[in-house]
Parts: sequence; C-alpha cells; structure tokens
Amino acid sequence: MNIFTTFKLAIRALWRNKVRTLLTMLGIVFGIGAVIAMVAGGQGAQASVKEVFDSLGTNVLVLSGGAQRTAGASGGAGSRQSLTWEDVKALESGEISSIKWVAPTMSTRTQAASEEANWNTSVTGTTSVWFKIRNWEASRGATFDEDTGNSTAKIAVIGQTVATQLFANTNPIGQTLRINGQPFEVTGVLVTKGQGPRGDNDDTIIIPLKTYQQKMEKGLAKYLKGEVLLSMVEEGQAQRTIAQVTALLRDRHKLDGADEDDFRIRNPAEFAQAQKDSTERIATLLAIVAAVSLLIGGIGVMNIMLVSVIERTREIGIRMAVGAKPIDVMTQFLVESLVLASVGGLLGLALGYGAAQYMAGYFGWKFFFPMETAGIAFGVAGGVGVGFGLYPAIRAAQLDPITALRYES
Amino acid sequence: MPPTLIEMRGIQRTYVMGDNLVHALRGVDLDIDAGSSIAIMGTSGSGKSTMMNIMGCLDQPTKGTYKINGKNVSGMSKSELANIRGRMIGFVFQSFNLLSRTSALENVEMPLLYQGVSSRDRHKRAMAALAAVGLQDREDHHSSQLSGGQQQRVAIARALVGDAPIIMADEPTGALDTRTSYEVMGILQGLVAKGKTLIIVTHEADIAAYASRVITLRDGLIVEDRQQTPIDAAAALAKVTAEREVADLALAEKNKRAEKAS
Ligand SMILES: Nc1ncnc2c1ncn2[C@@H]1O[C@H](COP(=O)(O)OP(=O)(O)OP(=O)(O)O)[C@@H](O)[C@H]1O
Ligand SMILES: [Mg+2]
Repeated sequence: MNIFTTFKLAIRALWRNKVRTLLTMLGIVFGIGAVIAMVAGGQGAQASVKEVFDSLGTNVLVLSGGAQRTAGASGGAGSRQSLTWEDVKALESGEISSIKWVAPTMSTRTQAASEEANWNTSVTGTTSVWFKIRNWEASRGATFDEDTGNSTAKIAVIGQTVATQLFANTNPIGQTLRINGQPFEVTGVLVTKGQGPRGDNDDTIIIPLKTYQQKMEKGLAKYLKGEVLLSMVEEGQAQRTIAQVTALLRDRHKLDGADEDDFRIRNPAEFAQAQKDSTERIATLLAIVAAVSLLIGGIGVMNIMLVSVIERTREIGIRMAVGAKPIDVMTQFLVESLVLASVGGLLGLALGYGAAQYMAGYFGWKFFFPMETAGIAFGVAGGVGVGFGLYPAIRAAQLDPITALRYES
Repeated sequence: MPPTLIEMRGIQRTYVMGDNLVHALRGVDLDIDAGSSIAIMGTSGSGKSTMMNIMGCLDQPTKGTYKINGKNVSGMSKSELANIRGRMIGFVFQSFNLLSRTSALENVEMPLLYQGVSSRDRHKRAMAALAAVGLQDREDHHSSQLSGGQQQRVAIARALVGDAPIIMADEPTGALDTRTSYEVMGILQGLVAKGKTLIIVTHEADIAAYASRVITLRDGLIVEDRQQTPIDAAAALAKVTAEREVADLALAEKNKRAEKAS
C-alpha cells in the first residue's frame, strides 16, 4: 500500500469514528493547550516582575526621613522631617567607603505644559549621579553633567511618555516646557524603561536639584523633603552599608540607645527578591496544574483508546482475514494515531498560544511562548495518543485472525 | 485428474480451557481437488468451524500438516500466511464480519488494498464483484443499512473480488431465510461453474445437497465422506419463486371473491 492510500484510509477511519476521534483529540488539545498557557503565564509573570525591578537599578539603597515605624494616621514615611542637607554632605564625604554615589532627590506631581499640550506628571530634582545610579541614559540630547546637575539652570530631561504627551512627534530637544508656569528648556529625552514598581518609569521630568529647590520649594530649607539614593561600590555590601549609614545618622541626630531611628533605609533588591520568589512559587504551582491537566488529558486519551480496543481488534481480525499482513495493520494504526495526535497537537499549540497571548495582554505580562515546554507537552500528548492508538494493533497483530475476530474483552 | 488443492494429514486442534483440554479436531485427513464443491456437515460442536478456520489459514493446527496448493503452511510467517489468505482464499463468515460504518464498496475493496491494486482497479473490480452478487446499486450503503441477505452478499463479493481460487464459507446461510439462502447458494454455485473450489460448512442437509461431495464430522473426526450429484440452486430458486407466485395469485383470487361477496 502506498503512503498516500494509507493516509487517505487513516483519515477516512478517523472520520468514520467522529465521536471517538473528537474525544481523543480534545484530550490532546486541552492537555497541550493548558500546559502551554500555564507555563507561559508563569514565565511571563516572572519576566515582568524581573523587568520592573531591573528598572530600579541594582545595588541601590533608598534613604528617607521619618520614623521607621510610623503609624498609618500620622502619614507615610518621610512625613516627619529629619534628614538635613548636612546629613547628605556627610554621606557624600567618603566617610563610608562602600558608598559610591549619593543622589538626593525631591519629587512632586504637577502640571507640565508645552505650547500644544498639558500633562500631569512627576517632577524630580536631583543631581547628575542620579542618572548613573539608575543606569539611565538619554536617547536624545544628554542627561546632566556634574556642572549642569549642580547648577540652577532651568533645564529639563524628560521621559519618553512626557515627550510624547507634550511634543507629540516633534523633536523636544531645545523646546520649552513650563512647570508651574516656569519655562524650562528640554536638554534630553531618556530611553524608554517601561513599567516600574511605581507605574510608568517614562512618565517623569528631571530637573537640577538646586533649580527644584528654588522654583518648586521657593527657597532653601534645612530639611530634605525627599529621598536619597545611595549606590554602593560593589554588590553584597547592603547589610554593612545600612549598618554604617544607620550608625552615622544616629550619631548625627544624637539618638541614644533607646530611641528609634528617625529615618528609614530601604533595600529595593530585597523587596524585588521577595516578589521574585512569590512569582516563582506561582509559576511552579501553575506548572504543576499544567502537568496534572496533561496527565488527565493523557488518561482521557488512553480511556477512549482502550474502550475502542474490542471494536478495533475485530476490525484488525477482519483485515487480517482478507490478507492484511501485521505490518499493514501496524502501519495503518500508526498513521491513524499520528494524524490524530499531530492534528490534536497543533490545535493544542494554537490554543496554548492564544491563551498565553490573551493572559499576557490581560495581566500586562510579557508575552512569552515556552518553546521547550510546548515541545515536551506535544511529545507527551502525542506519545500517549500514538502509543495507545498502536496498542490494539500491536496486540492484535500477534494474534491469529480467528482469535482477533472472536476478541471480546 | 485435477490437482489436489488442499491436503490435511493428521490435523489436531486442541484448545486449552483452564485446566481442561478441548479436543476440537482429533486427527483429520482430507484431500480436496481443485474445482470441486464440498460440504462439511456435522452436529454443533463437532469441529466444523475449527477445521474451516485451519483450512482458511485463520487458525493453526496443534498437530499435523496442512498443505495448500502443495505448500506446507506450518512454519510460515504471519505475513506469508496473510499472503495466502489474500491471494488463495476468499472467506465468507456466518456472521458476515463486515466493517461497521463502512460502505459496501469499501468493504469489498478491502482485500485488494493489501495486494497493492491501484485505486482505479480497486473501484472497478469491487463494482464488478458487487454486480455479480446483484448489489450494484447498494455500493454506498453501510452494513446497518443492508438486510442480512444483502450483507452476506457483500461478504461474498468481498470473498470473490480478489479472484482467489478457493471460496470458503462457514454457514453462509445460517442467518438467512430459505429463499435468500437459495439466492446465496446460487451465487456460490455459479462460482464453482467458473472453476473455483468451494468449501462450505453447513448443518442443513438441503444446503449440503448443492455440493458434489459431503463430509460429515463427529467429535473432531471425519465419519463419512461421500460423492453426490449436486442439485441446481438456480432451479430451486425458480421453483420457490414460482410457488410463491402461485400462492400470491391464490391469495389475490380469494380476496377478490371476498370483496364480491360483501
Ligand atoms: N476458541 C475456543 N476455545 C475453546 N474451545 C473452543 C474454541 N473454539 C471452539 N472450541 C470448542 O471446540 C469444539 C468445536 O467447535 P467448532 O466451533 O469447531 O464447532 P462447530 O462444528 O463449528 O459447531 P457449530 O455448528 O455450533 O458452529 C467445541 O466443543 C467448542 O466448544
Ligand atoms: Mg461453527
């Protein structure tokens, strides 16, 4: 029998037993589809969490004023002012050797405007090292250098979202935007960073720290109403640095043993790790659910195949009685199972792909197609389909035709 | 002297049923000449089907030698046996054994599939075989859409489509009424007239009467072997048909009279 005839026969046989074919196929389709969707979801979630925290910059500590444990009603961290500009100078002095850069930041949300448009965004005043700590470069123009960063120039580096909102498709460099009515010249546009833990990273305007104090705060204050980013020389120094900074500030603030800290030091990397761990757990859970559904799909396929063994064994008996050789029977069943498994497998891949994409869109995850898992799922479901399709054929081909014809259970 | 087509020597067939041995055949010797028609008779359980299955290479003897067309079957591989079944033998089962949910045409084409016959020839030959059993207009019908007699005729068409020299039939009329039995026997006798060898299992004497030789089995042994002049199934069918027409006429006449009287 040529291969074309064999395929034609296989398709006809599958068509003849529509219900069986459909049920078997459903097992394969949903088994594979579920595995792919689950694993894609888990990995997508992990990838997006990682991306969010990578955008923070690693190796950074965040120092802010206020008590370590502030009661909810009295306001959030930093509500009680305690960090002074003198504290910042002391940190910058190099006394703590593991500190590389110190970037005081002050932020507020306010209205920014171009000739064309208005946009409510976050405005941050900081110095040039901030860009180094955040590892953030300009896609157009430039970020601050040491001079401009320490100046009172009315210049602004803007995020891509602000650029799009205020300047649409034109080049923002050299154009003027107004913050609280004050004109600023755009000198740089930052590369896109996407979503961060506090929302859209790119929805921001950066101006020099001193300019911020003058124009936004209206004058110099003793206390720093904001946060200080501290970057460390090397990774793995977080614990020691936190201890040293704490000691320095307690000393400067004249706190004695019983007093609580009047400042906070956060380690975003630690938080990121916790987030990563929890998404990893979710991903593992999803993978287990997926494996179980693949198993159930496989068992469904087996059931249907085994139920049809009696009928198929008789069919094989008839075929052998009219001259089919064992190899003919095996080929027929192999091709039949292959057609079934591969059509079901492809549908399963399509279903998994679609579901993964939908989930990624719905949850704002990164779309991620787990090739390896898809391969494994395809292999397992296909293997079960082919294995249990071949099973009656392999068994019946060993029998004398008359035994196969009389087969009952 | 026609050549010997089937040669059985000391054939035994023993089934193991738990701790018991069932001796279905206890040593059968039999030669069958090419072109003859032979009926195998015997009571239920005497071993007819067992013997037929061995002759048809569907089953293997426990002991003894079986030669078909001069070739010893014992020791043949499964595919060699399949080859013999496909090319030498057309088998008709008591229970038809058609593939379900499959058209008559596809059922009849099936043996040709395993002989590598091209799709066009398969179709042509299967249609011819269906025509030979008077089912040319039922090619698309599935088994469930055919009467018992029609299913058996499809099975006969399947047995003769490969043009095998031997037709074996195990109780081919067992599930059919008298009239349909004559029809089926007429078709089988027609095959003998064309030079085929017919081996038929039956427990009905009036079916055995169509064969030129009758063998009787009892408890797995041949107890009688006689030659006879076969009667003509076509004539018997004609007689039955005529009788029925007479009966129909009589009935019609009676109805007419009853109508007049009222
Ligand atoms: N597969 C089997 N397993 C065990 N015993 C069997 C098997 N097939 C047949 N037998 C036994 O072998 C003996 C002969 O059976 P066989 O089917 O040949 O009889 P038969 O003459 O065809 O009878 P019938 O007219 O009822 O069809 C019986 O006693 C039967 O019980
Ligand atoms: Mg029998």
